[in-house]
Amino acid sequence: MKKVMMGNHAISYGATLSRVQVIAAYPITPQTQVVELLSEIVADQKLKAEFIKVESEHSAMAACIGASSAGARAFTATSAQGLALMHELLHWAAGARLPIVMANINRAMAPPWTIWSDQNDSLSQRDTGWMQFYCQSNQEVLDSVIIAYKVAEKVLMPVMIILDAFSLSHTYESVDIPDQALVDKYLPPFDYKYKLDVQNPHTYGGLTTPEWYMEFRIKMHEAMDQALVEIKKEAVAFKKVFGRYYDTVDPYMVDDAETVLVTSGTAASTARYAVDQLRAKGNKVGNLRMRVLRPFPFADVREQLKNAKKVIIVDRDISYGYHGIWAQEVKSALYGHSQVPVWNFIAGLGGRDIFPETFYDIIAQVGKKKKPDQELYWVEVKK
Amino acid sequence: MVEIRFHGRGGQGTVIASKILADAVSKEDKYVQAFPQFGVERRGAPVFAFIRIDDKPIYIRSKIIAPDHIIVVDPSLIDAIDVTEGLKKGAFILINTGHQPQEFQHLGKDFRVFTIDANDIAIKHRLGSTAAPIVNTAILGAVPRIFNFVKLASILQSVRENVPVNPDENAAAAQEAYESVKGV
Amino acid sequence: MAKDRKKIDFKKMEELPPMVMSLRSMAANPTGSWRNLKPVIDLSQCIQCTICWKFCPDAAIDWIDDNPVINLDFCKGCGICAEECPKKCIEMIKEGK
Repeated sequence: MKKVMMGNHAISYGATLSRVQVIAAYPITPQTQVVELLSEIVADQKLKAEFIKVESEHSAMAACIGASSAGARAFTATSAQGLALMHELLHWAAGARLPIVMANINRAMAPPWTIWSDQNDSLSQRDTGWMQFYCQSNQEVLDSVIIAYKVAEKVLMPVMIILDAFSLSHTYESVDIPDQALVDKYLPPFDYKYKLDVQNPHTYGGLTTPEWYMEFRIKMHEAMDQALVEIKKEAVAFKKVFGRYYDTVDPYMVDDAETVLVTSGTAASTARYAVDQLRAKGNKVGNLRMRVLRPFPFADVREQLKNAKKVIIVDRDISYGYHGIWAQEVKSALYGHSQVPVWNFIAGLGGRDIFPETFYDIIAQVGKKKKPDQELYWVEVKK
Repeated sequence: MVEIRFHGRGGQGTVIASKILADAVSKEDKYVQAFPQFGVERRGAPVFAFIRIDDKPIYIRSKIIAPDHIIVVDPSLIDAIDVTEGLKKGAFILINTGHQPQEFQHLGKDFRVFTIDANDIAIKHRLGSTAAPIVNTAILGAVPRIFNFVKLASILQSVRENVPVNPDENAAAAQEAYESVKGV
Repeated sequence: MAKDRKKIDFKKMEELPPMVMSLRSMAANPTGSWRNLKPVIDLSQCIQCTICWKFCPDAAIDWIDDNPVINLDFCKGCGICAEECPKKCIEMIKEGK
């Protein structure tokens, strides 16, 4: 069934179709409608779930950790400062190998106080052990929640579904709501082998000496390697049932492109539009949309960029004193495998819009240059 | 692709109007994207909403800065802000007012103005109060009269499905608006 | 109670669960051997307030026939019960003699 809905409601429908059993969340702009709709759905008894009101995001994640430890399918959603407040427990959820799924609406970090989009909030949580899926449409948001549970529960690692503030969260577009029976078949109930059980009691998370700590970390890393396999497997499995395909990366006109833009989120969607306009003028440009940050798809990135003469990574984020974060990731994947020159442009921080013209400007700046003469370039900033 | 900007004031249902229009357009198997001005809304402050309509998937996701057409939900904005900012030549301007289209010639000779007295229609159908009538559904009725990207039947159906109360009265207001657009 | 006193031990990666968890209930991990002081309750002064029972961090105080009874299989001898007892009728005495 097709329905025009905002990105935030696409998250709520995704969670409902996944039959989440515990929702613990604290409202924050621009995430609020996610929990508003979920609380209504639970109150109307259309979803058999426990909705736990909490006093902070730290508590929201703590409640999800408790619920997931008991074997429940747990869900939350947050943004920016809320995600930062969760930070300690993000490590805990991953280290305890709990397949929690959370939506994060990309909102720039304060100060200066802001509610608009950039990716620094989620990218700052890169090393917590959470998978990260970046979306470009409301349909992808809804579908990704369902796929996230499937992958998370297979490898016992949590997943963050990520979407831009406003340009997805508050944007209405037509979304196909999958049939519940099909989702039930695709995503069966979660049977957690290690759940808390009073009949078979165990303690969890206890003191671990240097003799064993590293081995647990190896297990997490191996689970992430396996997650990469599962994401690609589920891309095929999901398409078989629902007709839509979500791989680790989303290439557009990359094969014969001389210059490849590397983008993510809604900026990637606009970049795709820009590629069409540039191609019409004979400019051989392609776009590689990064969908998965962790586990990082090394092989896919190398494969997609192997023919490129120039790579331009456009980051809606910055690691102060270094590059954009996607640039670090992609450059690292190319190192030792490719001699292609890589440019890094920083655009659209704090919700500054990224227009097709932004990409035309970037392409023009690179022009006929053979290699970058700066570590990074700021786009459309005041002089 | 058609890009339209709505002008209203916070609390008038301008964003909801764009959403209902998106819903109606999607019923006709077109692609659509509707979004508010990204920010904080206050009652009475000027607000914008945007809609893109196309026959193929819409990938562009930046703000609309050069709309093809505009819809002015609150005519008092015409004196307060530049509603025609960035507006393309040949644009249609739909204004909620009791005045005649000719009275808005100062907006520019490159544009064609249509008017609809949505306040009057809304009050007649008892939508909202006399002081603050709910005009967004009436305005939507005028849209299929001047644009060819959506049919009245789809608008009426989407109005019925999306209003929280009085679906019949809202649909009747849209129907009446369709019949009483000035400037066609 | 302490039916399985086998030492918890891993030798290989495959034996390791994905997250840190005890391989059995803490009921099978008697911690009484850690103790060098043991609590002795003077029941003649006890007012059955249950404070020692509530405060014991190891749940090593049972409540039997309206009286507290220390479970020496698990009591680590931390002394919290003696500290918290409002009647000061729990004494920590040296183990052994």
